[in-house]
Amino acid sequence: MAILTMREALNQAMREEMKRDPNVFLLGEEVGHYQGAYKITSGLVQEFGDWRVRDTPIAEEMIAGVAVGAAWVGMRPIAEMMTFNFSLLALDMMVNHAAKYRYMSGGQIRCPMVMRGPSGAAAQVAAQHSQSLESYFAHVPGLIVIMPSTPKDAKGLLKAAIRDDNPVVFMENEVLYNIKGEVPDEDYVIPIGLSEVKRTGHHVTIVAWSRMCYHSLLAAEMLAKEGIECEVVDPRTIRPLDEAPIFDSVRKTNHCVIVEEAWPQASVGAYISDRVQRECFDDLDAPVFRVNAPDVPMPYSKVLEKLYVPQPEKIVEAVKQVLA
Amino acid sequence: MPKKSAALKSRASAPAKSAPPAAKASTAARSEVVKPLAPGKTSKGAPPLDRAEARRLYRQMLLIRRFEERAQQIYVEGKIGGFLHLYIGQEAIACGIMSLLHKDDYFIGAYRDHGYSLARGADPKPLMAELMGRATGISRGKGGSMHFYDIPNGNFGGDGIVGGHIVVAAGMGYAIRLRGSEQCVVCFFGDGAINEGAFHEALNVSSLWDLPVVFVVENNMYGMGTSVERASAVTALHERGAAYNMVHLPCDGMDIVKVRDTFADAFARARKEKKPTFVEVITYRYRGHSMSDPGKYRSKEEVEKWQEKDPIARLGMFLLDHKFATGKELEAIDKDVMVEVDDCIKFSEESPWPPAEYMYEDIYVKTPTLNWRAVEKDPAWERSLPDDRVPVIYPPHVSQGVK
Ligand SMILES: Cc1ncc(C[n+]2csc(CCOP(=O)(O)OP(=O)(O)O)c2C)c(N)n1
Ligand SMILES: [Mg+2]
Repeated sequence: MAILTMREALNQAMREEMKRDPNVFLLGEEVGHYQGAYKITSGLVQEFGDWRVRDTPIAEEMIAGVAVGAAWVGMRPIAEMMTFNFSLLALDMMVNHAAKYRYMSGGQIRCPMVMRGPSGAAAQVAAQHSQSLESYFAHVPGLIVIMPSTPKDAKGLLKAAIRDDNPVVFMENEVLYNIKGEVPDEDYVIPIGLSEVKRTGHHVTIVAWSRMCYHSLLAAEMLAKEGIECEVVDPRTIRPLDEAPIFDSVRKTNHCVIVEEAWPQASVGAYISDRVQRECFDDLDAPVFRVNAPDVPMPYSKVLEKLYVPQPEKIVEAVKQVLA
Repeated sequence: MPKKSAALKSRASAPAKSAPPAAKASTAARSEVVKPLAPGKTSKGAPPLDRAEARRLYRQMLLIRRFEERAQQIYVEGKIGGFLHLYIGQEAIACGIMSLLHKDDYFIGAYRDHGYSLARGADPKPLMAELMGRATGISRGKGGSMHFYDIPNGNFGGDGIVGGHIVVAAGMGYAIRLRGSEQCVVCFFGDGAINEGAFHEALNVSSLWDLPVVFVVENNMYGMGTSVERASAVTALHERGAAYNMVHLPCDGMDIVKVRDTFADAFARARKEKKPTFVEVITYRYRGHSMSDPGKYRSKEEVEKWQEKDPIARLGMFLLDHKFATGKELEAIDKDVMVEVDDCIKFSEESPWPPAEYMYEDIYVKTPTLNWRAVEKDPAWERSLPDDRVPVIYPPHVSQGVK
């Protein structure tokens, strides 16, 4: 196994899939000659040329729409959003086109595309550039939504997303791009819709994905020193949600904390919370506890930003509260 | 049916005037400024209409007209629901364009889409059944009037989001370039759609990347109740093509011969030079925007003035002039078409309603990259059908590079 950063793992996934299947191509702002705004696509234009690694004008609806149209006629495009904040300009393509035409045509169309890019807060880029908008996409039947937390998951799931015949929204996290982890050397994919228990424990279940899974694992380590054993379940895929491992864990620990970087209202965590209380009502010793960003836009100042993103300390506190 | 009207005659010999770029022409004046095709050096136009093709097109245009007239009737009877946008008056555009498309070309349009499918030669029975929400509908009763698709014939049909599909068409063109095939894409949209950002984004890249897409704005003078003059700073809509360094021209959409000539050149440009074209087809919608629109924003005289240019009557005249048909034969074609439409309604009424399971089908593709245990109780996944129903609609050869 090699030790790779999330950035390298994502790059490998795309390179390998582009080599494997000539129908795979990549497009987005600065993905080619600039080597990617976050250098995820570094080296790809040199290897595959301008048509398969297409630098586009700044036009998100077009980027997503070109991916949709190409996918409908048999290609496997990967559309990079410079960040998911800008995907709002392409939402119509995903919600009204990628997710709808199969249904409206009675199954005549398929849309094997991936929209990917960084999501979530970065470092002091303020309210418009720091959002976690996964619930926008997870709300929509017809879409798949994936949010990996480790380099291994990122590579295996991105490869699965590219091979999948459905439209996939693949949300990375800018802060995780530099984290390192073991990545298998062989060609592998991780099935979409497969939760993973990232740490076992018997006192409390923490459900968290993407950067919040990372923070939850740090919190679990801190709590272990005090004798509290957390089980951290990472759904990895937000839609479809692999619920069984979450329920199994809650039935064992009888306590549940859901951690997400997004706002609390109408969020993915709100949905998981509903599912857990419905399926595990008799097993719960306390109400499901949720940790979220505060219900406000992201402020700029670093002092305020730190308060905003759920930190491991905040998760530690939440676990103690749910166990109290 | 067709009579040689004075208006048609005078129209044919009317001297061409060109509109000054910023002219705020009234809709009435606009109808007079259609320039006849100014053939460029490479302009060849379409092959002349022979007897068989002219008669086929005449029947096809009539089929669209009668199909929609009957749809309108049964809508009033409550047999069709939702939106019903009629193409009546615009038939020459779809029929002229489709008559030039190749089997493996693609097209995509907006919700006023009955004419596209019929002109592409789709069986009208499943189309009527779709309007009536039956299981035998072309989209299994899940699309309705705005969503006719027939993918094996490259028909990506109707989009209900004004302008949205224009960027999608660019994506189809991009796929063709990547593959290196000789296909092309036709993208139909309305004068209202031209003000959406999607239009701008799509035309820019289609020109920038040399995509084989023919963009067709069907300028029927109104987007719902808003006339072009009240919606667009430039009323000669094709001139917007200049902003994208794209070949652009107007075309008389009430004359199928002119439509064919204009588009034959545009398709040649797409196939050979891999270059897009932007055509403004000037036309008129006789009926309201949809069934709920009484059309209070325009005068009876204005509508009548356009009806004098009726595209079906005009092609009928062409048939008579060229001795391709007699008046009696034209009447017989009309009767035949009406019988066909009645059969469609009969077929639809006898068709079953979609069973409840249909609700959960056709959302996802059954795919091996998924953990099935996770979704076995989710009806949207559980009832997702195997993808072998989806036809492979692209040539198998894939070229690696495009130069
Ligand atoms: C994005 C969007 N905005 C508004 C509407 C509502 N709407 C449906 S059709 C229409 C008018 C469009 O006119 P035009 O593009 O000229 O097409 P026509 O109806 O004349 O064929 C409007 C405003 C819509 N369907 N989609
Ligand atoms: Mg219009």
